[in-house]
Amino acid sequence: MPSVLIPTPLRKLTAELETVSAAGATIGEILDNLDAAYPGLKERLCDEAGNVRRFVNIYVNGEDIRFLEEKATPVKEADEISIVPAIAGG
Amino acid sequence: MDKPSPYFSNLKCRECGKLYPKEAIHVCDFDFGPLEAAYDYEAIGKVLTRQLIESRAHTMWRYRELLPIDGEPTVGTQVGFTPLVKADRLAKALGVRELYVKNDTVNYPTLSFKDRVVSVALSRARELGFKTVACASTGNLANSVAANAASAGLKSYVLIPADLEQGKVLGSLVYGTNVIGIHGAYDQVNRLCSEIAGKYGWGFVNVNLRPYYAEGSKSMGFEICEQLGWHIPRHTVIPMASGSLLTKIHKAYGEFTKLGLVDAAPFSVYGAQATGCGPIAQAMKRGTDIVKPVPKPETIVKSLAIGTPADGYYAIHAMRDTGGFAEDVTDEEVIEGIKLLAECEGIFAETAGGVTTACTRKLIETGKLPRDESIVICITGHGLKTQEAIVGKCGAPRVIKPSLREFEEQVYNPDAAAATA
Repeated sequence: MPSVLIPTPLRKLTAELETVSAAGATIGEILDNLDAAYPGLKERLCDEAGNVRRFVNIYVNGEDIRFLEEKATPVKEADEISIVPAIAGG
Repeated sequence: MDKPSPYFSNLKCRECGKLYPKEAIHVCDFDFGPLEAAYDYEAIGKVLTRQLIESRAHTMWRYRELLPIDGEPTVGTQVGFTPLVKADRLAKALGVRELYVKNDTVNYPTLSFKDRVVSVALSRARELGFKTVACASTGNLANSVAANAASAGLKSYVLIPADLEQGKVLGSLVYGTNVIGIHGAYDQVNRLCSEIAGKYGWGFVNVNLRPYYAEGSKSMGFEICEQLGWHIPRHTVIPMASGSLLTKIHKAYGEFTKLGLVDAAPFSVYGAQATGCGPIAQAMKRGTDIVKPVPKPETIVKSLAIGTPADGYYAIHAMRDTGGFAEDVTDEEVIEGIKLLAECEGIFAETAGGVTTACTRKLIETGKLPRDESIVICITGHGLKTQEAIVGKCGAPRVIKPSLREFEEQVYNPDAAAATA
């Protein structure tokens, strides 16, 4: 299953796990399955309409899904998914 | 501990509106949105009048009710109220009727608009009890943090990309700060700073103190209005790195309108970037508000070289909502912009000023900026800091012996002058 890197502020929801596995063929499916395993995770990542929040970045093997197919971005078994809050500054 | 300000009430998430106490925090713990200072405008409206402002010293702190500290400012009390220059010669060169330069090249003490944000951030840092302050910087901010921290007796660390202009590195070192050069671009410096911030209990002006710091930029917008005789200019052109200055000038015009200090009037804000790092301008031109990061900025305009601009989204919406636009220019156009401003107005701007001037020209030529309405361009830093950018681009002195004959032959001689021109 693809692995998902959880950022520090969200580890309270994953029993402090830094990396978790989640099944799914797309980012959307993975987010749903993550929420089933760790309730409350999805509302932190997606808004009421189900879109990924503006200051949350999701990367598949280092590529931002905003420049792939967003939540429909396909995910393979060995892919690495990272969830990274946007960094303020400048 | 100062008594809490009756005007500055909370920090507030720009995304979900959740309220937070006025501490050294900058991100919403629910949705990761940025926190912003919130005010009680009703209370401010009861006290803040044009007359009160005009009775105060000529510094940015004459608008203190609209700045996010609790007590009196203690750092950077002389900052701001830089000249608004009526730029008739530049107007003529660009073919427009009414043009002004907001000249922050002469801001006190470090010759850039960053003194505005730092004076707020460090005044607030002291109120919150910090003894050490720090920043991630492309140069100007480092200079300002170093200088203002020195005069306030605060310990400071400034983290910068290792390849900055010498003037900006020296312009931090001289104040006895700790200058840390990082192998990498600004975004990597910034990422490191966000990991350091909090860990050592330091006040990072543009990380955990960012909600306070960013508000300082509003003072530039307040001053422009007051200096125009309490009017908002129809068009304002603003350089963009993170996009924060543009959003704050937009906010400043809105606050003055809300408080009745200026009459409500339409205004437009325009953003200027370098083509070698123009993620906000390029998103604006593509018609999207999704800003594509620039992993490796390539431009002489180092002060604007932020590949992942934190306020890009909000800057795009401020431009769209006001009918403004964004433009970007090449390094060659930047140098032409620096020279045009210097030759027309006697103002020597750093590379970011070249960007703003050149983008203004482009916006006029493409019809985005009308020729018959008031335009203000924001020039944010002094050219002495980025001299490398124009070395060899402005000619060289003609060298002669100390002899009147040689002077008359080679200099005061129309034929010789024509031959060397």
